[in-house]
Amino acid sequence: MDKVIGIINGTGFTVGDSILELSYLIAALLFVVGLKLLSHPQTARKGNLWAASGMGLAMITTLLLHKNSEGDGIPLTNVWIIMSAIGVGAAIGWSVARKVKMTAMPQLVSIYNATGGAASALVALLEYPNAIAGDIGSLIVTVLGLIIGSVAFSGSMIAYGKLDGKVGDVMKPFMTYINLVLLIVTLGLGAYIIQSPNLPEEMAWAVYILLALSLVYGIMFVLPIGGADMPVVISLLNSFTGIAAAMAGFIYSNQAMILGGILVGAAGMILTALMCKAMNRSLLNVIIGSFGGGGTASDLEQGNIKEITLSDAAILLSYSKKVVIIPGYGLAVAQAQHIAHELDTMLDGKGVEVKFAIHPVAGRMPGHMNVLLAEADVPYDKLFEMDDINTDISNVDVVIVIGANDVVNPASYDDPASPIYGMPIIDAHLAKNIIVMKRGMGKGYAGIENFLFFNDKTRMLFGNAKDSLQKLVNEIKSM
Amino acid sequence: MEQILEYFFIYKEAIFIIALSVFLGIEVISKVPAVLHTPLMSGANAISGVIIIGGIILVGHTDLSTISLELILGLFALIFGTLNVVGGFAVTDRMLEMFKKKKK
Repeated sequence: MDKVIGIINGTGFTVGDSILELSYLIAALLFVVGLKLLSHPQTARKGNLWAASGMGLAMITTLLLHKNSEGDGIPLTNVWIIMSAIGVGAAIGWSVARKVKMTAMPQLVSIYNATGGAASALVALLEYPNAIAGDIGSLIVTVLGLIIGSVAFSGSMIAYGKLDGKVGDVMKPFMTYINLVLLIVTLGLGAYIIQSPNLPEEMAWAVYILLALSLVYGIMFVLPIGGADMPVVISLLNSFTGIAAAMAGFIYSNQAMILGGILVGAAGMILTALMCKAMNRSLLNVIIGSFGGGGTASDLEQGNIKEITLSDAAILLSYSKKVVIIPGYGLAVAQAQHIAHELDTMLDGKGVEVKFAIHPVAGRMPGHMNVLLAEADVPYDKLFEMDDINTDISNVDVVIVIGANDVVNPASYDDPASPIYGMPIIDAHLAKNIIVMKRGMGKGYAGIENFLFFNDKTRMLFGNAKDSLQKLVNEIKSM
Repeated sequence: MEQILEYFFIYKEAIFIIALSVFLGIEVISKVPAVLHTPLMSGANAISGVIIIGGIILVGHTDLSTISLELILGLFALIFGTLNVVGGFAVTDRMLEMFKKKKK
């Protein structure tokens, strides 16, 4: 393998070197094909496996064939140490991924995203001493890798904390300014390190400060962002991790890393844009605005809240022709997806047509509701996107809103003063009857009144979504 | 201006790769149905664990004669990277398995 087979710019290369680069090319292609297949329902699982095999290939060939600038391969002892570290990571990663509950999926995705960011930040930090003073290109990618990786790490940890209910939303008007200053200082220090003619050893202090600043910025950047904006933030942080990995790819001139990283960065950006569009807000507005600081909704007349008894609800549903279930974050919190499916099958058995209407930002991550309902075996063709439901909603006899709030708030049409004015919603208010399942009269994440609850056609069923659904199912059963 | 052009020339290959990859990424992902948002995100997330290659190179050429900070941090980078890769792909597969099951 080590036979020199050619010379480029005075340096010889061997069969092994060529095979290594070839394996990176194959890995990069597998990433592209994998992502492409992942975006179609029929081929998604295959796509995931292809991407994974690309990763495995690149890891093995790197371990066996990589040489440093002196032309030395990776010593056997190092190989064993690397394999043990990978073994530890793989064992933990695998067992957690197999055991975690589907309702905890947003948390898990955040954690894994955090580990990716941390790895990128560490690689950049450790490679900094090898950077050459004055080589702007290598300094830019190292510094950017460090900043972006650190922000992705600490930001994702805070996102995890919020999703898990461990960290609350901290929204103070002055935080926007603090964050802005923090961002400018961080980028300024980064620029200072990049242009400095000093040797890397002399700049070590600045690099560690940069690391600390970036970590703090990641925390401060996610802290004020509220629950309903989580899908946007998770997508954005996902994109950051990809970009950080790509930056590290430039440090090693490794095309598989660059391509893989940029692909993920672009994918994350697209999801971020989709989520923003679904809320009719700009990314900037999500990051600095946060609903709390925005316009105060006009507190119009509140009207009356009407409750519905379980037996009335059971009768109403049983004699309907078309029922639409609109799930929201409350469904995930109460883990009510299985019982929601039970209600669906039961009504189905009575000849009622049941559909689920999924708002793009329902829940806490993109596609959250789809995953939950899939776990509960709700058939794929019963899930409808917002636009498909809205075209026919006036013919629907009953909509059941389970733990959703802002995504069905008609204030987005009626109230220009409302922070969610203009956000596309599921038009639940146009249905013939509306049943809202809710824990209490608390306001939605946006902290604004939902006029749907005061609608003449609306009746409320208070309580934990899982309990309410269970009782409703029992009631229908006993009819 | 001259300096910018100079940098562009020096790093032209890198700049080409970035520009084309961004396009490729957008083309490959666009029009993904909402059902697949979560698996796509977690699958992409696993791909960003490609940083593991950097970790392997780093620890692979680290001097093992003393236990240095570099070695310890490098090992953490490896463990974190693997968590991202293995956990990410495994959880994506688990989700997609569910999607498949109910399609029958």
